[in-house]
Amino acid sequence: MGNGTSIGRVRGLGSAHSGAGTWLQERVTGLASLIVSLYLLVSLLLLPAYNYLTVKAWISAPLPATAMVLFVIVNFWHARAGLRVVIEDYQHEHGSKLFFLLALDLFAFAGAAFGVLSIVRLALGA
Amino acid sequence: MASANKVGARNRPLSPHLQIWRWGPAMLVSILHRVTGAGLSLAGLGVLLYWLGALASGPEAYAQFVKCMGHPVGLAVLVGLTWAFWQHTATGIRHYVLDIGAGYELETNARWSVLTIVFSILLTVATWALILAR
Repeated sequence: MGNGTSIGRVRGLGSAHSGAGTWLQERVTGLASLIVSLYLLVSLLLLPAYNYLTVKAWISAPLPATAMVLFVIVNFWHARAGLRVVIEDYQHEHGSKLFFLLALDLFAFAGAAFGVLSIVRLALGA
Repeated sequence: MASANKVGARNRPLSPHLQIWRWGPAMLVSILHRVTGAGLSLAGLGVLLYWLGALASGPEAYAQFVKCMGHPVGLAVLVGLTWAFWQHTATGIRHYVLDIGAGYELETNARWSVLTIVFSILLTVATWALILAR
């Protein structure tokens, strides 16, 4: 894959000069995901029961609510970063690649919004 | 690289896919990392939103969620997600080590690849043992 000749650049055969950022994002959100995931796991193991009142009381408190908002944001971010790579690896047609990448963005942003809203609603006393 | 055909260029070489290579631990856990990541993204985040949405909707919706997840199929999904989480965590940490340029010696690489699977199975059993023993 040369990036030396002008015709090679026109055909998109060279480096895009913008990949390190998304690569690093995947690593950083992965580490963040591990932290909030372990927090959720330990919290769930420490809960005395999994009925509505117990779980609601837990997630409505300020610290768990903050952690769970971060959990939703970080994991949707990380999932988007990872699934982008999967789509880019298997979808080589420009049209279908664009379709799947846009569908992924819709899924990631809509899902994260729904998750955050649910937690905020609980934390503010639904 | 189907786009190369469209512009009339010669067929460019493609790298061989799964069926060409001889299977080894590194290849297996690399594939597992991608499969568990996709599973956690789609099924895992789906269950997460179902859980949060049910909690925010009220006691009836939450009872429905508990009933659904208590069904054998629901439990199988939860156990599967637990394993996927630990496997993805272990292979993720393996990737961080590989990212700094360590662990490429053949024996070391194969040993740590196998250990990620041992780790994920043990942690899945331990997690559910703790849940059931509560």
